[in-house]
Amino acid sequence: MARSLKKGPYVDERLYTRIDKLNQQNRREAVKTWARACTIVPEFIGHTFKVHNGRAFVDVFVTEDMVGHKLGEFALTRTFRGHTNKKEGIRSGR
Amino acid sequence: MPRIVGVDIPERKPIRYALRYIHGIGPKHADEILERTGIDPSKRAFELSENEIAMVSTLIDSEYVVEGALRRQVAQNISRLREIRCYKGDRHRRGLPVHGQRTKCNARTRKGRKKTVAGKKGVKG
Repeated sequence: MARSLKKGPYVDERLYTRIDKLNQQNRREAVKTWARACTIVPEFIGHTFKVHNGRAFVDVFVTEDMVGHKLGEFALTRTFRGHTNKKEGIRSGR
Repeated sequence: MPRIVGVDIPERKPIRYALRYIHGIGPKHADEILERTGIDPSKRAFELSENEIAMVSTLIDSEYVVEGALRRQVAQNISRLREIRCYKGDRHRRGLPVHGQRTKCNARTRKGRKKTVAGKKGVKG
């Protein structure tokens, strides 16, 4: 179900203030974050985030098209390496 | 046979239903259009006067996204999702369901016909 409009988009406060500061100083640096549920707002454009996927931090460079999506959508949490190969009986791929 | 917006040729049905043959016009829009043009919804499509057809056409042209334009819009939305390499775009690319449905079984609409794997049911190892 969609989020109530009254509340506005969910943006992680701490992350937002950090980006805000970087913007004021006109600096760009990768920001590590666990806030996967945080909505990407226009202020984030051009920044690189290191979004946690449960195991490691995935680099996400935010472009204009990504506004409105959540950070977590760009850091996949599952690895699918394909199904078992019938002949060899082992995992294929990679 | 009356032609409304380009190629669409709805036939002997009441226009309320005939309009729904246009891609992008369903029950809601069909009724809305007829109410706004003041045409009796139970009138059959071939009974419409030139004037009425023109009224419907101009209304659809000006205010509804329909047929080719609608299909293009949908395709564009999907390709946008693909390009920003987000989770949903990935699901589109792989031809799997996008809205979090289970894929252990079913999901046949997206995955296509069953691909039987030999020896899958037997004892493993």
